[in-house]
Amino acid sequence: MARLTPENIELAREIIGRYPRPKSALIPLLHVAQEQDGYVAADAMEHLAELVGVTPAEVLGTCSFYEMFKREPVGRYVVNVCTNIACLVLGGEELLHHAEQTLGVKAGGTTADGLFTLEDVECIAACTEAPCLQVNYRYEHRISHEGFDALIEDLREGRRADIPPHGTLARVRQRVPAASAAGPARPGECGEPVWVFARPAPPKDG
Amino acid sequence: MAITDAPKIITSRFEYDDSHTLARYQDTQGYDGLRAALDRRPDEVLEEVKTASLLGRGGAGFPAGVKWGFCPPGVWPRYLVVNGDESEPGTYKDRILMERDPHQLIEGVLIACYAIGCAQAFLYVRGEMAVAQERIAEALNEAYAGGYVGKGILGTDFSVDIVLHWGAGAYIVGEETALIESLEGNRGLPRLKPPFFPAAKGLYLQPTVVNNVETLANLPWILREGGAAFAALGAESSKGTRMFAVSGHVKNPGVFEVEFGVTTFRDLLYAPVYGGGIRDGNQLKAFIPGGASAPWFYEEHLDLPLEKGAVDKAGSMLGSGAIVVMDDTTDMVRAALRVVRFFARESCGKCTPCREGTSWLEKILERILDGHGRRSDLDLLLDVCDNISPGIAWPPKQTTICPLGPSAVSPIASAVTRFRDEFEARLGGGPVPVTVDMAGLAYVPSPSRAAEEVAS
Ligand SMILES: Cc1cc2nc3c(=O)[nH]c(=O)nc-3n(C[C@H](O)[C@H](O)[C@H](O)COP(=O)(O)O)c2cc1C
Ligand code: SF4
Ligand code: FES
Repeated sequence: MARLTPENIELAREIIGRYPRPKSALIPLLHVAQEQDGYVAADAMEHLAELVGVTPAEVLGTCSFYEMFKREPVGRYVVNVCTNIACLVLGGEELLHHAEQTLGVKAGGTTADGLFTLEDVECIAACTEAPCLQVNYRYEHRISHEGFDALIEDLREGRRADIPPHGTLARVRQRVPAASAAGPARPGECGEPVWVFARPAPPKDG
Repeated sequence: MAITDAPKIITSRFEYDDSHTLARYQDTQGYDGLRAALDRRPDEVLEEVKTASLLGRGGAGFPAGVKWGFCPPGVWPRYLVVNGDESEPGTYKDRILMERDPHQLIEGVLIACYAIGCAQAFLYVRGEMAVAQERIAEALNEAYAGGYVGKGILGTDFSVDIVLHWGAGAYIVGEETALIESLEGNRGLPRLKPPFFPAAKGLYLQPTVVNNVETLANLPWILREGGAAFAALGAESSKGTRMFAVSGHVKNPGVFEVEFGVTTFRDLLYAPVYGGGIRDGNQLKAFIPGGASAPWFYEEHLDLPLEKGAVDKAGSMLGSGAIVVMDDTTDMVRAALRVVRFFARESCGKCTPCREGTSWLEKILERILDGHGRRSDLDLLLDVCDNISPGIAWPPKQTTICPLGPSAVSPIASAVTRFRDEFEARLGGGPVPVTVDMAGLAYVPSPSRAAEEVAS
């Protein structure tokens, strides 16, 4: 659907400016696009191609490689249930099947009201807190079947303000004030750093 | 010395609720290590880290100081890339370090950049870790404002930017050359070796050091207390302390910082201050000692120390400090299938043995679990394993560009060899009863389609 909004173009330029080469900013920019629309729209990919100076095919190539980028609309809440080994042995698959029943969709599907997308995911680095899941990449540790149903109810009723809609990853962004930035180190433009050549190692014996 | 006597080197601030803030960090010796580093020459700082014999905590366990020394002289700029992609099943330590003590990581990054001469650092954080990203962004903003990062750090001539970078979900990106490809904006496909270390040719083909989050988090302490104090802890080649995540069927799963090299698996699994023993009075059946890529260990390995050399020699690895415990109620066919499915899903597809082999293993295990297994399937499993990693040896032989392919082999070979009877019991019995309730639609229309269908 959408190209980037003027504010997001500005944000994109700021992010690109931090990297020695523009294409390095591509994954963070795809997140910006996903935050704007809830998924990565085809027009947004074309726009990003213009901004970083590559072909749209290259943007699609990168975008399609990574699990988190959705190229079709998904639910407002993406619910990722971990079924990998540490969770498996403590009921991760049973939790997933319970989630399928509660939501009425198989893993990979979106509920008809567009609220929830359910996913069966790999380890999310909370293994000691099994079984666990994420809603829009925010954690729920050691969750029971009843706990799952209560969570879904809370989300439906809008009681979880701490969880932003799908697409919004971090609500705090890095900001580098121009005055304190060291600036990107571009190949071909940098010599030996001053703090290294100003403090040379003494010559080795012999 | 009691097992809990070692100092907390990297988790010392975890007791505070505000451990992630600059205020707390400054109150607890924060940035003193950086100051100590800046009082010395970069080559002296490198020597200090070599004295500490700090092993990499990302999986391969390579000595950090030695790796830094691989940067070819006279080639500039150099980069530092922090590997915060933590995705190895069972591993949970980098996320907690990033969420609870982001300044410690930032300080470690600065010390490494100063010693190596890196002109820019990139902190690659796994995409799915929203809270870690927020905490690091906040900490970096504070650190820039406080003059700890950026131009003219703490009034010296040392200048470096730390750029927070987000991943987007792909296990393979944790492999260091794939990490670099990803940081260049590409698909995360590992690069051909040689060069074996990105220190020779990495980001934009410039010298690049890739280090794990936990590795770098040790540097402030090392510079503050000295490399010798660090090397006084631990044993053999494994110095200092190390974080281990103990998950699965223990009474008290958790993430523990313990003295490296001397604490044993038995301590971690059974001591009341750590795992607390197997749950429900059950028996230990097997445990994964170092993440899903590691061959499994059993009862007879419990008294091994958590020491790199000893564990390597016993035929597995400490890998990423991820211990997954399975008790005697565990269905080993199911466990093996789940681990293989992970590798099949996450294979980047560049090499045939890995791409085809892992999905073959998955299919065969699936049909065994479903009751359609053939008598020849167990040998077929091992034959496929042998084709991915000839000889099924440890350390594994590699026919592939990166170690992901061979990683799928070790757990399967472990399970099929050790629990062959369990696999055999599943063979040739005909279809098993359906255990999974098939509620829910097989086809789920997207929200827009659903709306159309309602409208029409
Ligand atoms: C398939 C694969 C996945 C990996 N995933 C990670 C990871 O998530 N985090 C990490 O630090 N290292 C990971 N590694 C190891 C890195 O390639 C690299 O050795 C490490 O980041 C170096 O840092 P260290 O020397 O400080 O340990 C992985 C390696 C492979 C082959
Ligand atoms: S071994 Fe597997 S993951 Fe690694 S490069 Fe080859 S195909 Fe990709
Ligand atoms: S296995 Fe589920 S979080 Fe690690």
